[in-house]
Amino acid sequence: MNYAFDFGWLFDYWPVLVKGILITVELTLVGGILGVSLGIACAWARALGPRWLGAIVATYVELIRNTPFLIQLFFIFFGLPALGVRMGELEAANLAMVINLGAYGCEIIRAGIQATPRGQFEAGASLGMSRIQTFWYVVLVPALQRIWPALSSQIVIVMLGSAAVSQIAAEDLTFAANFIQSRSFRAFESYFVATLIYLALAIGLRQLLRGLGWTIFPRRAAR
Amino acid sequence: MSLIEITEVKKRFGDNEVLKGINIDVAPGEVIAIIGKSGSGKSTLLRCINGLETIDEGSISVAGAQLLPDELHLKALRLKVGMIFQGFNLFPHLTAGRNVMLSQMVVKKTPKAEAEGMAKKMLERVGLAHKFDAYPDQLSGGQQQRVAIARALAMQPIALLCDEITSALDPELVNEVLSVVKELASEGMTLLMVTHEMRFARDVCSRVVFMHQGRVHEIGPPEKVFANPATPELKQFLGVIH
Ligand SMILES: Nc1ncnc2c1ncn2[C@@H]1O[C@H](COP(=O)(O)OP(=O)(O)OP(=O)(O)O)[C@@H](O)[C@H]1O
Ligand SMILES: [Mg+2]
Repeated sequence: MNYAFDFGWLFDYWPVLVKGILITVELTLVGGILGVSLGIACAWARALGPRWLGAIVATYVELIRNTPFLIQLFFIFFGLPALGVRMGELEAANLAMVINLGAYGCEIIRAGIQATPRGQFEAGASLGMSRIQTFWYVVLVPALQRIWPALSSQIVIVMLGSAAVSQIAAEDLTFAANFIQSRSFRAFESYFVATLIYLALAIGLRQLLRGLGWTIFPRRAAR
Repeated sequence: MSLIEITEVKKRFGDNEVLKGINIDVAPGEVIAIIGKSGSGKSTLLRCINGLETIDEGSISVAGAQLLPDELHLKALRLKVGMIFQGFNLFPHLTAGRNVMLSQMVVKKTPKAEAEGMAKKMLERVGLAHKFDAYPDQLSGGQQQRVAIARALAMQPIALLCDEITSALDPELVNEVLSVVKELASEGMTLLMVTHEMRFARDVCSRVVFMHQGRVHEIGPPEKVFANPATPELKQFLGVIH
């Protein structure tokens, strides 16, 4: 083995890397926040909503969970323009991530809702709250608390999966690594650096989600 | 005039007729104990009065308003009639104070400061003013049940339904909850309570309802029901209890 490591190019290409990191972070933030919101709405529909809505949501969830993320992305970016729906690569990437996390999040959050003791719904009802109010003020937070570790993992998975958006030329971290590699011919170093950055982002995101959990859920044990 | 009128109420779960024509009139300020064997339909009756179960036949009216099973009527009913459960059912993610404030703010749209004032007052009434910021899992069962009572009272109901509210408590915690109920009774609150606390029923209640196989088998003042049971079923039930 006589490969000579050279990280000197980092000095030339760091703006590309920084831009890539920012886009990956942006995708994760938007995908995480909107994806979890969509997941909550879908979980409500499947667990407590009207049957017809639950059936529609179930179809969406199965469609997303049984097809590759890359195909979903290609469909949105390359397929939808045929129907006149055109968007930039970043919008397409964001949308794909929201839709993807929405479906996985739906199933995880639904499990949390279904583990709610019946007495919680009855207490809400007996105090005059409507079903929606009971869900929103009484059921949701303990349900999220029950499944927070699983949901956190799913958000990290979606963040790592965002590497696929480089395939539609969204200029995320993976796109940057590919770009640098193709210019500098330093494949090992490019992907090594990208790997380290993804690792740091994933660990950071996990810590962030854990901290968020501590603030949203003040009590350790939910019944 | 009666406050709660239960007329020929029937309730079925599938083929299982659990309530077979119940008639009870409750006057304002009355404290009624409902006793009977397991499965006789006591909880089902209370749940029907609160609209947690829909009735199949008959009618229930509270303060002159008929119980109808749509959300608007149910909400109006539940503002008049509060319910306390065996398992407390406090909201685990909210402090005691917040538990008492929530429905005021959400249902009655009470401003936060006012709801907080009411919560403090109600917690004080059940002897838990100092636990305003405690979470349910930091409270004993007796304290949790008293918070649940405060939570129901904060909605200013005209009657309270209590379903075995001391059955999940350690014996030494039963009295703190019963004494709160006793005080409510003496202040004129209308109470319907399913209970196994016979001594409490005898001391506090104005009437006792003995339910048997989905019917009101005997009803009367506690002196009569406990001292002179008319039917063999009640005699047997009281014999089992003592
Ligand atoms: N949701 C339900 N679905 C089907 N059957 C039910 C339901 N709720 C109650 N029942 C049945 O109705 C009957 C009466 O139940 P209920 O809970 O009213 O009795 P109870 O007098 O409160 O008994 P306990 O003293 O054990 O609490 C029982 O046979 C029970 O199995
Ligand atoms: Mg019962």
